Amino acid sequence: MSKKRLIQGNEACAHAALYAGCNFYAGYPITPSSEVMEILSYEMPKLGRTFIQMEDEIASISAIIGAAWGGAKTLTATSGPGFSLMQEGLGYASITETPCVIVNCQRWGPSTGQPTKGAQGDVMQSIWGTHGDHAIIVVTASTVRDAFDMTVKSFNFAQQYRVPVVLLMDEVLAHMRENIDWPEPGDIEVIEAKRPADVKTYKPFANDEFLPFGHGARYHITGLAHGAEGFAVSDEAAARELKRMVGKVQDHVRDLALHDRYLLDDAELAIISYGITSRPAQSAVDLLRAQGIRAGLLSLKTLWPFPDFLIDEVAERVDTIVVPELNMGQLVREIGRAAGGRSQVIPVSRIDGHLLTPAQIADAAVAPFATSAGKVVRS
Amino acid sequence: MSNTLKDPIQIRFSGAGGQGLITAGVILSEAAMMDGRNVVQTQTYGPEARLGSSRAEVIISKGTIAYPEVTLPDVLLCMSTEAARKYGAKCTADTVVIFDSTNIGPEFTSPGRVFRLPITETATKVGSKVVANTVALCVLNTLVPVVPRETLAAAIAARVPAKFRELNQRAGEAGEQLAAGLLTPSA
Amino acid sequence: MSDNYRRFLRTAQLPHVWCPGCGDGMIVKALLEAIGELNLDQNKIAVVSGIGCSGRTPFILDFNTMHTTHGRALAFATGIKLANPELRVFAIMGDGDASAIGGNHFIHACRRNLDITALVFNNGIYGLTGGQLAPTTPVGKRSTTSTMGSIEQPFDLVRLALGAGAGFVARTTSFDHKRLTSSIKRAILHKGFSFVDILTSCPTYFGRMNDVAEPYDMVHYLRDTSSPLHDCTCGETDQPKAEVMPTGIFREEERADYEALYKQKIAAACGKRSVS
Repeated sequence: MSKKRLIQGNEACAHAALYAGCNFYAGYPITPSSEVMEILSYEMPKLGRTFIQMEDEIASISAIIGAAWGGAKTLTATSGPGFSLMQEGLGYASITETPCVIVNCQRWGPSTGQPTKGAQGDVMQSIWGTHGDHAIIVVTASTVRDAFDMTVKSFNFAQQYRVPVVLLMDEVLAHMRENIDWPEPGDIEVIEAKRPADVKTYKPFANDEFLPFGHGARYHITGLAHGAEGFAVSDEAAARELKRMVGKVQDHVRDLALHDRYLLDDAELAIISYGITSRPAQSAVDLLRAQGIRAGLLSLKTLWPFPDFLIDEVAERVDTIVVPELNMGQLVREIGRAAGGRSQVIPVSRIDGHLLTPAQIADAAVAPFATSAGKVVRS
Repeated sequence: MSNTLKDPIQIRFSGAGGQGLITAGVILSEAAMMDGRNVVQTQTYGPEARLGSSRAEVIISKGTIAYPEVTLPDVLLCMSTEAARKYGAKCTADTVVIFDSTNIGPEFTSPGRVFRLPITETATKVGSKVVANTVALCVLNTLVPVVPRETLAAAIAARVPAKFRELNQRAGEAGEQLAAGLLTPSA
Repeated sequence: MSDNYRRFLRTAQLPHVWCPGCGDGMIVKALLEAIGELNLDQNKIAVVSGIGCSGRTPFILDFNTMHTTHGRALAFATGIKLANPELRVFAIMGDGDASAIGGNHFIHACRRNLDITALVFNNGIYGLTGGQLAPTTPVGKRSTTSTMGSIEQPFDLVRLALGAGAGFVARTTSFDHKRLTSSIKRAILHKGFSFVDILTSCPTYFGRMNDVAEPYDMVHYLRDTSSPLHDCTCGETDQPKAEVMPTGIFREEERADYEALYKQKIAAACGKRSVS
């Protein structure tokens, strides 16, 4: 029987990183993610692991990419303004197929915005923020235990697929405390990158095998378009390589699409949510059921690659899909596209720095369908 | 008070930064966890570490807690006039409302069942207004027995530094007596 | 000894991209000779570069090489070095790379003092993007974005590094092969952050825009605008003439490097337990 602990989302994230074997953290202080960094600054030296506070967020993500090629399992944590700065590094991590994890505790934006208020405004930036088509995995968490599990899974995905993984948290989850059953070693699977069988012939971009610097092979890493050996290739080959990189994520969407279902089997109305908003969404399902409406919830943990097949299943069966988000409508666009007109898709948005309440989501779900424009809830 | 405790029960602590309200929320949460129940504790605060507005919320249930924030509190503690003004009206007629009368005058009202108690003054008498949060916590748990009193005492002792343990113990007992004095006449 | 550098070249990646008369090739030769003379383990060398003409250096070097983003070479190098302290890490940057877009990383690397050797290929102009004004372009010199001559005070990278706390600071030129090689060797041997500002020639842009288009004239220009000091310890006693850059070793002082201090931190955090 594992022990119970009352901890914050950020604490769970930091300890989960250690659980996953993270041995290099670089970061820059920013509300509301700083506890991740503070805890690791204290815990990592005790384990003989490396923590460094860098001069800015660009340096932080650059350092974790460098450290990954130095052989470490690496993490940085930040929030909106810092995450914007990290877009350069995300692109580099993607094209160099570097395993690394970036935690973004979302706050109200744009710009400095409201540092102590939560939001879900960084969904599009996580998926599309860096320039060019690219491979990236974006996941979310909605409970403190989830923050622990999804942090470990983020490391696993990064190692398995050799991609940067963005874990989207938010201010509320970052600072929320819940009792969790503390995972013992072995409770959650920890996956390491595949090492090449023969280091002498190692080509850094031939496949998902990963061999850090100084382990018997000498090779070249670059952010320029490149082939298997890291050097320039023809335009056709560069296009082929980009397709391979994007494909290694897109082609595994069924393995990557983590999600929870709640009373979805007989649902005539579905709420599709993610992150912290999945919590009022689940309560909204209960409220709607109490009113005699067969509502159900699909809670997405993986936002990218986008799980079209999950939306397909729902859109085939329900008339109405409600999409609550703490932004002016971001993931709802993907959900609407995937639903392909089979269901009416209703966005519910809240942007005043507070959580959507169960009642707000339930009310939006049963509002007259005279308009499909959705409903913006004001406090 | 009522014999059966609501489940889930929603508790809101409100006041100013520096009054230790988030700590109070954390201690109550730990006590609830020790009691084998599930708990979610959230908070909102301004950018100021001191004297800005501060609010901690605790939801306790034997079951799963989905929505993590308090909708309408079953118990409301207000430790400052700003908190009384902001949250005093956001409750039901059944809500147990505790106003710290050291800071909140009689002009502040609430539709709930209001108890006015000199919490900060009691803390000062015990030794320091720093333990006002402990006084408040034990007032609250006496008026509405959210957790067994021994469990709360253990949670307080576990959270505070050793050199302040005795002070907090006295503060807790003072809080219990303060609330019991109110309970006795109506009992 | 003269051919000692060839074994470190990725000959399949030759020819390099640099223009005829560019000084970068001379710097690379000196770097490789220094590495060869010091018998460094080829498998334990990591060369990191940023973006620009200098950034193309790692392509032709047979080490563990990383061509990163513009200005960030030192931030990547910091991660590599801390993750694997066995690696001898070089950061190769251009002047704009290191002092404009990467200026923040540069000063913090100087003060943080990881055991990294930073070389700046300083040609006073942005070459790869077509000859724009750099933070190192001298006052009055022309570029494609300062066609009437620069009105900005340029950065003196040596003073910048000294002010930021770098333990080893040197300046030399790409044409002075002997001093260049010995400066790089001393930088490598220095335990802690070492920095060599290498004044070099860009006849294609700097030269053509400033009446020194012939490679030969560019070398003369470098000679006439730089002035060797004898050694570091004399500091900045000689006030150089305006527009003349003093060269030499400006500081060579060892202090505890970041890894040593971090190891102490680990030992303190672990109490008496030994750390593997």
